[in-house]
Amino acid sequence: MSKTVWVLIELEDGKAARSSLEVLGKAAQLGRAEAIILGSAAREVAPTLGEYGAEKVYVHANANYDNYLTLPAVDTLGALVKQHQPALLLLATTYNLRDIAARLSARNNMGLVTDATDLSYEDDTLNVTVPWGGDNVVTATHSQQGTGIVLTRPKAFPIAQYADRNAEIETLNASINPESLKMKVLERVEVQSEGPSLEDASVIVSGGRGLGKAENFHLVEELAAALGGAAGATRAIVDAGWLPYSYQVGQTGKTVKPTLYIACGISGAIQHLAGMKGSKYIVAINKDEHAPIFSVADLGIVGDTLTILPQLTQEVKRRKAQ
Amino acid sequence: MKMFVCVKQIPDPNTVISRLDPNTKRLVRTGVSLVLDPGDESTISAAIKLRDTIGNSELTAISMGPTSVQEGLRRALAMGADRAILITDPALGGSDAPGTARVLAAAIKKEEADLIYCSTESTDGYTGMVPGGIAEFLGIPQLTFAREITVEGNKAIAKCVTQTGYQTVESPLPAVVTIASGSFEAIYPTMKGIMSAKKKPFVQYSLADLGIDPAQVGEAGARERVLIIGKVEARAAGQVIKDDGNAAQAIADFLQRYQLL
Repeated sequence: MSKTVWVLIELEDGKAARSSLEVLGKAAQLGRAEAIILGSAAREVAPTLGEYGAEKVYVHANANYDNYLTLPAVDTLGALVKQHQPALLLLATTYNLRDIAARLSARNNMGLVTDATDLSYEDDTLNVTVPWGGDNVVTATHSQQGTGIVLTRPKAFPIAQYADRNAEIETLNASINPESLKMKVLERVEVQSEGPSLEDASVIVSGGRGLGKAENFHLVEELAAALGGAAGATRAIVDAGWLPYSYQVGQTGKTVKPTLYIACGISGAIQHLAGMKGSKYIVAINKDEHAPIFSVADLGIVGDTLTILPQLTQEVKRRKAQ
Repeated sequence: MKMFVCVKQIPDPNTVISRLDPNTKRLVRTGVSLVLDPGDESTISAAIKLRDTIGNSELTAISMGPTSVQEGLRRALAMGADRAILITDPALGGSDAPGTARVLAAAIKKEEADLIYCSTESTDGYTGMVPGGIAEFLGIPQLTFAREITVEGNKAIAKCVTQTGYQTVESPLPAVVTIASGSFEAIYPTMKGIMSAKKKPFVQYSLADLGIDPAQVGEAGARERVLIIGKVEARAAGQVIKDDGNAAQAIADFLQRYQLL
């Protein structure tokens, strides 16, 4: 008996967000995928969701979902889950969907597994794969009956094609509770960042506390530039104010999946490891031979980051010129 | 204003390779050095800054955990929080995020809180689900990933991080706010702060004090379970070498071998 898997589709600039479509594809693989789409562009976008895997789409086209955060979506989705009781609610990990998941799990007493890279059903048991720390991968599950929530890691799944699928559209009869129109968005600002984005870079050179001071971060940037990559940072140095949040690698910062990750002066806090562990090759440089980062590195160098970095940048340039 | 900041005591992320106990399937928290979650230092500092800007306000640091959590709360007091609340009970072991949120919300609900600060996530569990849970159990809004926050009358206005930049969000109080990493500089406790911390009120609650049914929290109340703790396939020959002047060559050789140059 096919499981019904729900996906809340986020809208970005009047279109379905890529991250939501990736999750929809996974839902279609798990069972019967149904989408929920809330927002002023919902009606236009709903019919396009069949080809990404949706067999049914619940639609509520209302601008309040765009302008007021979290609560209207939690109200509508919460009531819908109670009414239909799907097996699973599958959500991409984004700022808004995390907020919705946190409130929904508390409101409807739903199981909640975060940071999943894969999931599958074994009869009625949902096996959720969650990488943990340096060298563990955990299989978790919802331990109670009722709809459970799983939040999936960015880029865990590819977008799927279901060219011949047409989704059944159901317009919701939801009314927005005025009591829930509390968090109003006054303005949205796009910030242009320089250089390749961390999420897309195939080479990332990251720096941590071992660099000593903010002024030394340029050594990281120079190596990144020499390798044609992006520069990243740990939460520790972002918290210390050396760099803006956009550089942070780690769970709420960014999850990255480059071919090469070079960690410089980084001890390897769990949350940082979770953010970069998916890298194909990891090189780590740290003064402390016991640093947790060495548990995930393919090549670890125990030594002084400030000495090695410029030497390495020089050597890289030399070999590339050959 | 009555303000709260939620803090957590965790295995030191800089020295401890966190482990999952294969028997209990929980994070090992005993026999390792516990420190105030480094992310919370920034959050506590943000709360203190706003308290001092607004004036005539009180900041309570609150934490849930075993009795060893005192050091983290004492550090919060030394940094400048006015009082501390510790919720501790044997039944709380193995709580999931919603269970933790339920407990913290119950303690906060005993008072008329205006603004509740949390970090966006903890450094060890990093689900990021507790602040939203607290907000839901209290029936109030949450402003998440705030880089800046001001209070005007009975409203909070915050600049909150988004995928592509930030958005300015307004909410009535009371509300929960989560502070994005790197937004506020951490305050270092002074000697004076450390001394005065010893005289500040420190309250301890058990589950009975909060009227919470133990079946709803701890491992008993958790709605998720770890089935298997597996090891990932070993990465091919991870080696660690000491630099004796050859590090740059060794790394460059590695990069060339795997066609990364």
